[in-house]
Amino acid sequence: MTEITTAHYVFLSAALFSIGVIGVLTRRNVVIILMSIELILNAVNINLVAFSKHFLSVNGQAFAVFVIVDAAAEAAVGLGIIIALFRNKETVNADEIDLMKW
Amino acid sequence: MNTVLEGLFFYILSAMILGSAVLTITRRNAVHSAIWLVSTLISIAGLYLHLHAEFLAAVQVLLYVGGIMVLFLFVIMLVNLDEAAKERAFNKQWSVALIAALVLMAELGYFVIRGASAFQFGQSSGGSLAPNTQLIAMALYRDYMLPFEIASLLLLVAILGAVILAKKQI
Repeated sequence: MTEITTAHYVFLSAALFSIGVIGVLTRRNVVIILMSIELILNAVNINLVAFSKHFLSVNGQAFAVFVIVDAAAEAAVGLGIIIALFRNKETVNADEIDLMKW
Repeated sequence: MNTVLEGLFFYILSAMILGSAVLTITRRNAVHSAIWLVSTLISIAGLYLHLHAEFLAAVQVLLYVGGIMVLFLFVIMLVNLDEAAKERAFNKQWSVALIAALVLMAELGYFVIRGASAFQFGQSSGGSLAPNTQLIAMALYRDYMLPFEIASLLLLVAILGAVILAKKQI
């Protein structure tokens, strides 16, 4: 087996990012769309930590901490929006929420 | 011996991450998706250990698996999803979306493979990752002091926003 280089991690991160994009574009359930966004943010984090090891610098890991903080804030606000949406429209399907479409 | 074991760990963790991620976006039931997302996040924590980022591995388990996923499961239980689980899971433009995403994946993969040799640039700046938690603390509280304070403000705004959005009467 060959040695694991930074390119391996970048490739894994690209694959995880693409899976997240597929989830965001194809699912109807808003909760699962939010979960796909978490997958995308984790792909970014893998990249940051891999390059932090590549350059032996801790700055990448500090940025990964900020990305995790952003993910927590985004999840809290997103789930609040989903609760408000379910209270008003009785649905969590993204293609039934078309109030601004004409 | 060492590199063989490292390669084995990397490939096992990658297979777990990608397999669980695919199951996350294809399960019909939202609770099953959440459980598979937990599996993905724990595998990513293992990958952080493999990359000598011990502090981030701990933060990943505590914050993602312990905090964010509990929030997700709480909302899934709060919002009645029984009818949604019986309907079709994918929307009408799924075939176009899948083709677009696969083109994106092929493009990213092509450029990573073509540019893999370019990652040899400036191998390291002579730093070290050895006392991991200590170094991250120094970076966060000294070099990134202002972003750290802004992040705390962001969390405060997010808490207030979530409470106001989920409230019945304002």
